[in-house]
Amino acid sequence: MARVHRDVGVPSWIFVPAAAGAVFVLLPLAAMVTRVEWGSFFELITSESSREALLLSLKTSTISTLACIVIGVPMAVVLARTEFPGQGFLRSLVLLPLVLPPVVGGIALLYTFGRRGLLGETIDVLGFQIAFSTTAVVMAQTFVALPFLVVSLEGALRTAGRRYEVVAASLGARPTTVFRRVTIPLVLPGLVSGAVLSFARALGEFGATITFAGSLQGVTRTLPLEIYLRRETDADAAVALSLVLVVVAVVVIGFARQGRTAL
Amino acid sequence: MTFTFSAHVPDRDVDVTFTVASGETVALLGPNGAGKSTVLAVAAGLIRPDKGEITLDGRPLTTTGGSGRHAWVAPHDREIALLAQDPLLFPHLSVLDNVEFAPRARGVARSRAHATARHWLDQVGVAELADRRPSQISGGQAQRVAVARALAADPRLLLLDEPMAALDVAVTPALRQTLRSVLAERSVVLVTHDALDALLLADTVIVLDRGRIVEQGPAAEVLTRPRSAFAARIAGLNILRGTWHGDRVQTPDGATIQGMVDGDSPRDGDTAVAVFSPSAVSVFRDPPGGSPRNVLAARVTEIEPHGDRIRVRAAGLSADVTAQAVAELDLVPGAAVTFSVKATEVAVYRS
Repeated sequence: MARVHRDVGVPSWIFVPAAAGAVFVLLPLAAMVTRVEWGSFFELITSESSREALLLSLKTSTISTLACIVIGVPMAVVLARTEFPGQGFLRSLVLLPLVLPPVVGGIALLYTFGRRGLLGETIDVLGFQIAFSTTAVVMAQTFVALPFLVVSLEGALRTAGRRYEVVAASLGARPTTVFRRVTIPLVLPGLVSGAVLSFARALGEFGATITFAGSLQGVTRTLPLEIYLRRETDADAAVALSLVLVVVAVVVIGFARQGRTAL
Repeated sequence: MTFTFSAHVPDRDVDVTFTVASGETVALLGPNGAGKSTVLAVAAGLIRPDKGEITLDGRPLTTTGGSGRHAWVAPHDREIALLAQDPLLFPHLSVLDNVEFAPRARGVARSRAHATARHWLDQVGVAELADRRPSQISGGQAQRVAVARALAADPRLLLLDEPMAALDVAVTPALRQTLRSVLAERSVVLVTHDALDALLLADTVIVLDRGRIVEQGPAAEVLTRPRSAFAARIAGLNILRGTWHGDRVQTPDGATIQGMVDGDSPRDGDTAVAVFSPSAVSVFRDPPGGSPRNVLAARVTEIEPHGDRIRVRAAGLSADVTAQAVAELDLVPGAAVTFSVKATEVAVYRS
């Protein structure tokens, strides 16, 4: 579509607070970059604990993003495409992790899946333990990241509307065929950006993880936890790892923008 | 194929009953808000009527509100295809994949679905667009593809919801011709607010007003001799049949009429119809001299009020004039008059 040139314009004073906001976001990042010890940078980020934390973060964030897609897509479809009593209330509850302090989420998870939690004994009987394991990291990340996927996909589904689905059904396609061949392809940009946002949220997860999964090197100590711990003892390493996380985040945002303009 | 429809939707104040016989095209004609689209939505299974009984070849599709057993067939299982005002081609699929959609969804092998799709694209005259994306073709082309896609589903009944309303007027005549040929043997319900579409595509016309049928019957009859004032306002048409000679239509009783040819130009001797609206007709007591208009001499047979106009009928044609004109011209049954209509107001079709 052609770009529309808007002659109406915006009030000129609006650039001042906008610029102040941009500075507020970018200045701390710049300040951090000035503190990086470039001489030992590579060494710091490739130490064993750093590498383990980075790999663990990437691995758990990837798995929890997949988990978000597997359970989040059906949730978004049910919220966007069906009507039932109490749906609005349920939607608010599902989005709760978005506004809840992550620590609270971690405590809630602990009292559900922890050893003495609601389902703890049942899980114990089955012969494994979730709390303070890598599984717990994935669950904590999924818990906080899920609303991001559900919100952006539900929005995409509502924007896409039902018209194409109606046509597909009238052409004889069963609901599953419509879902697979029409609904999902049409909202793919929304799904991609939702997944990228979930990944970014999972990657930055701290509070729920440390509460529910603890901080065991190589098992539950993800990059944000590693940075927080190192800050006490080795500030240079913390700064270097922070920069790594910034780079990963920037790459992720780049992907999200591409995903949005792909179709 | 026999389709019977009877539904009451109080929400939208629609209460309509009709049947479609095998190979018949029924036009639902009415202004916006008359309930035409609601009828299609109920037939397609998108709206549940409060009370209704809809069957296709004796198979109950929707049975609600009665004393008997309730029945409900999901939209995908009705063997009824819906073609909307907008083509709604799936934007992520090529034109060919769009047309293949229905056969593929039914589980037809890819090669056979391919052949079916190519056949229908060819039938609607856009075979060369097969590999394009929907965003790369024009609105008229997209609607042709949508027709092909609906036909590839091989529906028992085809529902058309104002298929030409969203198109440029320049491309509608050609699409109308295409629809005439591909719909010829099919059972179709066509929703339209254009009496011309009804005339050229339908066998039977049902006129709807505020959710109720106000008139129904064979298309030519309802459109040329509407009984109700309401039907006359939206469906009243003048139709002259004859043969094409040079640049005009000649009727069997010797009158000739010039108009704008819609679609393919007829050849000498072809049967052709000239169609114009009663409001396009001017009435004179004496033949207007030196005018480039079509003139038809006749004797007034009827004069009746239609809304704020007076409809004057003569020699099977209608003219809508003001009450003032009736008084000034002293129009009474039996008066000799001349009906005059500009060639630009007359549409000519090969029939």
